Amino acid sequence: MKRRAALVVLSCAASSMAHADFQWNFPTPVTPIARDTLAIHNEFMLIITALFVAVFAIMIYSMVRHRKSVGHEPAKFSGPTGAVQWFWALVPFAILLFIDFVLMGIPAFHAVIEMEDTKTKADMVVKVTGLQWKWQYEYPDDGIRFMSNLTTPPEQIAGATAKGENYLLEVDNPLVLPVGKKVRVLLTATDVIHTWWVPQFGVKRDAIPGFIRETWVKIEEPGTYRGQCAELCGKGHGFMPVVVQALPEAEYVAWRDAKKMELAQAAAGADRAWSKDELMERGKDVYARQCAVCHQPEGQGLPPAFPPLAGSRIVNGPLLTMDGKPLPDGHVDRVLNGKDGTAMQAFRNTLDDVELAAVITFERNSFGNKQGDMIQPAQIKALREEAK
Amino acid sequence: MNTATTTANGHAPHGEHHPAGLLRWLTTTNHKDIGTMYLTFALVMFFVGGAMILAVRAELFQPGMQLMQPEFFNQLIGVHALVMIFAALMPAATGFANWQIPLMIGAPDMALPRLNNWGFWLLPPAALLLTMPFVLALFGIGDGAIATGWTFYAPLSVQGGIGVDFAIFAVHILGISSILGSINIIVTIFNMRAPGMTMMKLPLFCWGWLITAFLLIATIPVLAGAVTMLLTDRHFGTHFFTAAGGGDPILFQHLFWFFGHPEVYILLLPVWGLMPHVLATFSRKPVYGYKAQVYGFVAIGILSVVVWAHHFFTAGLPVPALLYFMYSTMSISLPLAVLFFCWIATMWRGAMSFETPMLFATGFIVLFGIAGLTGLVLADVAADAQYHHSYFVVAHFHYALFAGGIMGVMTGVYYWLPKWTGRMYSETLGKWHFWLTVLSFNLTFMPQFFLGLAGMPRRIPDYALQFAEFNAISTVGAFILGISQLLFAWNIVQCVCGRGAPAESRAWEGAEGLEWELSSPPPHHSWEIQPRVK
Repeated sequence: MKRRAALVVLSCAASSMAHADFQWNFPTPVTPIARDTLAIHNEFMLIITALFVAVFAIMIYSMVRHRKSVGHEPAKFSGPTGAVQWFWALVPFAILLFIDFVLMGIPAFHAVIEMEDTKTKADMVVKVTGLQWKWQYEYPDDGIRFMSNLTTPPEQIAGATAKGENYLLEVDNPLVLPVGKKVRVLLTATDVIHTWWVPQFGVKRDAIPGFIRETWVKIEEPGTYRGQCAELCGKGHGFMPVVVQALPEAEYVAWRDAKKMELAQAAAGADRAWSKDELMERGKDVYARQCAVCHQPEGQGLPPAFPPLAGSRIVNGPLLTMDGKPLPDGHVDRVLNGKDGTAMQAFRNTLDDVELAAVITFERNSFGNKQGDMIQPAQIKALREEAK
Repeated sequence: MNTATTTANGHAPHGEHHPAGLLRWLTTTNHKDIGTMYLTFALVMFFVGGAMILAVRAELFQPGMQLMQPEFFNQLIGVHALVMIFAALMPAATGFANWQIPLMIGAPDMALPRLNNWGFWLLPPAALLLTMPFVLALFGIGDGAIATGWTFYAPLSVQGGIGVDFAIFAVHILGISSILGSINIIVTIFNMRAPGMTMMKLPLFCWGWLITAFLLIATIPVLAGAVTMLLTDRHFGTHFFTAAGGGDPILFQHLFWFFGHPEVYILLLPVWGLMPHVLATFSRKPVYGYKAQVYGFVAIGILSVVVWAHHFFTAGLPVPALLYFMYSTMSISLPLAVLFFCWIATMWRGAMSFETPMLFATGFIVLFGIAGLTGLVLADVAADAQYHHSYFVVAHFHYALFAGGIMGVMTGVYYWLPKWTGRMYSETLGKWHFWLTVLSFNLTFMPQFFLGLAGMPRRIPDYALQFAEFNAISTVGAFILGISQLLFAWNIVQCVCGRGAPAESRAWEGAEGLEWELSSPPPHHSWEIQPRVK
């Protein structure tokens, strides 16, 4: 009986091992840098495996032959004596020097130079901004800017529903790039350090608040490529994937023009008057994407790090001062400008006028907050223009 | 080498004058008592840090969040590292130094016994500070321990809760303790060697510790400065690490790793020091290349303070800096190769037997070899772009610090336990402990190399489905590894309680050196008459 149970367990384990997709090396490279890196990595792994085998073969030979139990008499030497022994003692170091600075050092030198050459013949520029816990992508030449949020539902993370194929590696708006173009990627962050990493690109670079860092990619194959933030950036660190969609040139241009149009329409929306219901509906959506991670879906927060919005003194304070300016440390000011030294970031440059007006209105009239007032996208637009 | 030819065996003529009970341990200035306290503290904290990471591995057993919130996960990984480094590995090495250095150099005690007492008693409050935020959070005070990883990276640490402040003060106190210990060791080695023991006859263990002590004194103040700047950024309106105020987050990384890289060698040099003693003993042959090893230690000590930026190659350093830090890091492989060469040459054509210390020593050499070789490839900036911040690095430094550091400490414990307690540990249990540790260690960390290559970032509480199988294997390995360590504790407790066969003065057939001239256990006060070394 016991034996049979053991057999069942074993065969289950064996079949799950057989079906498991174990990946033993880097994922398939799709950029020149990633190909170089993989080649260098493979070469290095061969070298260190050879070193490992050679050195420990000698040691294991000695452990087998030079044992007390087989009656081996211990030698007395404590260092090299004579020219021949000195020669053999120094040979390994000559080999190592050669490996370090020639076999490994020279390809590494060329790879570094290539990797850091972000500017030569760059076809376009993309700016990547890391925020807690999402990415913003910007195409400075085309005036396109959008946020990229995780779309994996919380129920999947909690285990309430089955996990999808791209669990934790799926977003609403991927970064879209053309195939075959050298793209210079500028990186920065608004709050803490994040790291932008797509394994198939062979590229990983920190996004540092207040500084611009850069790298480059030239994708050779159309497809969707997935990566993740690689620098611990707080509680959402595991939940801010990088997804890049590489399109052939023509499709990319079509996407770009469509995106431009879409953004222009959204901006036009700022100039019309919005009803409160419209703002509330839009605000609910914005809140769920941008705010709920910290302040929680029901506005109860996670004190002390993430204060509740339900009953908050700031949210329930006046909207603007008498002369129509944002009240310092008031609700509008906090959402627009954030709070230094905390996880509350400035949304001034990451959300558009409609989104800002909508989310502020939503917060003031939800979670038991009953301010009854609202702010129009046009007001936000004016405030932002004044600040410039 | 420094074979002692003394018969002046300091049997305590005056008896043991010390208070009984707890007061003995609070007030003791005896190097053996203090060494025992350090080692006991280290063992306890080893289990504390281990329990934390087992909770983490349990969470990572399968995709999805099952056991904890991401915030708590982040706290566990950071405190695990701080506990293992500052409260387990470093105190264990200091415990070795306290017990062994006076015995090995023929000194009656450490040079500064009262400072020694203080150095130890700073540790428990520091450990308490580090872990207290967990308890405070249960009572609704603060939001738990430091959640930035052990590296304190700004601006995440500027943003963090009171756990960061607690960790900053804990690091300050631990740092003071390390500096006091280091001063004591340097003064002892320079001034209290037995007549005839020149520096080039100093046992290698003492040499390893001497370099460690200098590194600690050189680098701990830099860490203290960095975390103090962090404290003022957090509470007093400075902007050392905030770009908005003219500061630079990368400055913190430079300061931290100026300490952090030598710290790796601080953890490893005492182990490299004790390794030749064990290998020579069980090969029944003199240490090979004594001078080469001494110069190797010195070279590694010097190189360790000029390679720090390889810990943040992805931060966007200028090309000349990348090339400099790449080649300087690669050059560490040369002195390290000297050590490997000497270890294997010490075994070569000896008459080896494989008692538990020798098993751990050979296991150490092989597994630490993997750490060294993967370290060499990590030095390459281009490939590092893939390895960095990934599980590849996690696997690499656990090969260095568990297989290199902790298994090295275990080598030393099994080697000297008969001397300290006067009892032989159970060889059978020791061998079980060795094989379980080595196999489960590899089961835990070998898959993590592949996870890293496949693209799994470190410090994430949940992961994509493609990483599930290796993570499950790693968790199973980790639990076997953790539970196996109970054998280690049991074996030690048995010896301390006086069970097991009595140990001879020279507990091992091939052991050489002054400590083996004393009885096992040595009298409370030893070497009251200095031995002479030829």
